Amino acid sequence: MGWIQNRFEENLVITSLDWALNWAKSNSLWPMTFGLACCAIEMMATGAARFDIDRFGAGAFRATPRQSDLMIVAGTVTCKMAARIRRLYHQMPDPKYVIAMGACTIGGGPYFKYGYHVVKGVDLIVPVDVYIPGCPPRPEALLEGLMRLQDKIRQGTIARPAQPA
Amino acid sequence: MEEKVLQGRPDILVDADRDRAGGGLRTEEMLVNMGPQHPSTHGVLRLMLRIDGELVLECTPHIGYLHRCAEKIGENVTPVQFIPITDRLDYLAAMINNHGYSLAVEKLLGMEVPERGRYIRVIMSELNRIASHLVSFGAYGLDMGAFTPFVYAFREREYILDLFEQVCGARLTYSYLSLGGATQDLPEGFPERLAQFLDYFEPKIAEYNQLLSYNQIFVKRTAGVGVISAADAIAWGLTGPCLRGSGVKWDLRKCVPYDIYDRFDFDIPVGLPGGVDGAPPEVVVGDSWNRYYVRMLEMQQSARILRQCLQQLPSGDYRAKVPRVLKLPAREVYLEVEGARGQLGYLVVGDGKPVPRRVKIRGPSFCNLSIASHICRNVLVADVAAIIGSIDVVMGEVDR
Amino acid sequence: MTAAEVAELLIARFGSAVEPAPVEIHPGVRVAAPVWPAVARFLRDDPRLNFNLLRCISGLDLHPEPQIELVYDLLAMRAPEAPGALWSSGGELAVRVTVARHGGRVPSVCDVWPAAEWHEREAYDLLGVSFDGHPDLRRILCPDDWVGHPLRKDYEFPKEYQGIPSAAAAAEGAGGCGVSR
Repeated sequence: MGWIQNRFEENLVITSLDWALNWAKSNSLWPMTFGLACCAIEMMATGAARFDIDRFGAGAFRATPRQSDLMIVAGTVTCKMAARIRRLYHQMPDPKYVIAMGACTIGGGPYFKYGYHVVKGVDLIVPVDVYIPGCPPRPEALLEGLMRLQDKIRQGTIARPAQPA
Repeated sequence: MEEKVLQGRPDILVDADRDRAGGGLRTEEMLVNMGPQHPSTHGVLRLMLRIDGELVLECTPHIGYLHRCAEKIGENVTPVQFIPITDRLDYLAAMINNHGYSLAVEKLLGMEVPERGRYIRVIMSELNRIASHLVSFGAYGLDMGAFTPFVYAFREREYILDLFEQVCGARLTYSYLSLGGATQDLPEGFPERLAQFLDYFEPKIAEYNQLLSYNQIFVKRTAGVGVISAADAIAWGLTGPCLRGSGVKWDLRKCVPYDIYDRFDFDIPVGLPGGVDGAPPEVVVGDSWNRYYVRMLEMQQSARILRQCLQQLPSGDYRAKVPRVLKLPAREVYLEVEGARGQLGYLVVGDGKPVPRRVKIRGPSFCNLSIASHICRNVLVADVAAIIGSIDVVMGEVDR
Repeated sequence: MTAAEVAELLIARFGSAVEPAPVEIHPGVRVAAPVWPAVARFLRDDPRLNFNLLRCISGLDLHPEPQIELVYDLLAMRAPEAPGALWSSGGELAVRVTVARHGGRVPSVCDVWPAAEWHEREAYDLLGVSFDGHPDLRRILCPDDWVGHPLRKDYEFPKEYQGIPSAAAAAEGAGGCGVSR
């Protein structure tokens, strides 16, 4: 939403519009099926019946990055995969968000010390909005991370930031 | 205009003459990349397809997108510290990976495991085999376009994961079976809860066969697709359900029994020819349907083993005494266990230090996947998904 | 058949190119690299041996000796008399082929066991052993532009790969993804 961000004077119309836009964005985050490793299985379990990510509006997993707005990087990022992650991130249209799920995406996880082929955190490749610790994080943790992302989206505004006095 | 039929595939007409007739459609081959991010490649697998229209002429798998340097880590940490890394190899059947590595190191050390510990290991391995086959069943349905089996499979799997959570607190990567036995004893009431689960689960397998296995669309997409002969399967190093789907009645648990598997009575399901034992008539031994159906039957056999384990479960110690600082003797061991996807092998070389000199992991999916370039020839693009799904790879094992 | 019996058979046929290798507890034979394909074919085709399953090819870096030892784990799967009955095991064997660390070449056994194709590529990728006659010898796990052979004992961990810093550099605060919102 680059072009529309921070353009307008804050007023009643803008705050209502903000509220509406953010409500729409946060309650219809469509993730990309981006399971790399073990965390992908917990992501699948979150999409399945018991934990049901669909009740958050995020159940429509899209295979193509062009139709998704959330990339849940679930699993270890390796050097070979890194370029592909960057490319997929750039293929996603704005507004886009990234959740780093699991210890491997936060800082390399159990492979930090001797993993020559492991990238020590996906934030070395794409900007991350929410980090979810765990190895793998429980589905409840993924849902918590999703809710934190929703909170973060609701903070967003298209109003101009307040000018210093 | 002459219409030719593609050899072995009477349903595909090859209209090559039309292109040369002048003024006709000119076709060119195309290189299409399937993956590494793809819903049907079961993880980060990249398949480079050279296609002519819808026909795949050549399929080259590219792996390594999940190479997490497990073997290098194995040379730098002690065996007990390596157990969590083994979890993450075949992350759908983590208990079996732990079991295999523990057995290998115990053989190296000459360590005896107490009886209760051995039964706990078999219970966990077989339960995890069922959980893994459920994911395979659900994901294969998803690949073929059927969403419903996925939710049912994961519903049953959640009950199994509840049981695992009661035992060790983790849902996916347990590190529960360690050197000498299990790291903790089974909790109170676990055998009763497991028996309850088996009573609930065993009738479900027949339901799922009605739901997916005998479904006409599913059969049409998988029967006769990707046929692997028994000789090819052995030559290419296939093991597990892929090998058994080709009619080879070989299972390490029966043929080279390890741990206490020789105490249990169970069958080894193999691929069925069409029309036999409920198999649809279009089915051929060694095709994708058979590789998938063998897994459904194996779930029944695993349930059978679990019931016998519960009957025979002794009381006593669940773990042998493991010294704090363990020096590995200067010996070598290669040990294989029957994982959910095939024979999972560990080569452990010790040299007097606490840390092994070399740990080599033989991932069954690595060997099973190598046949993909051989059989994905002259098939349709949609069949590639059916074949890869039936081989049921887990990239953690392939790339290690 | 035990490893010792197999060794006897092989020595009787191939002479001094084969030696018994009674390594505890992974016994087998040691074969000289030049005759290895012929021995492999014999191991697979001879009806007394019938080692039809190549389970694994493991590379052991014998640093500080300038050698790499390849261990081929074989298994004999015997078909049953009656069709549809359980197959049985005819024994297992570990064949060791030693090759020089620098410039060492081993003939490929892809013609004998197609399963060797990927295993040999992995040995090339991670240990730097070259296989003569391999249809497609290139890296399989590491990327094509990776430098070095990771499982060698003197391997140095890279400082960075295509601009992505490694653990040590990342800990110092280098990196960041370079993508702005």
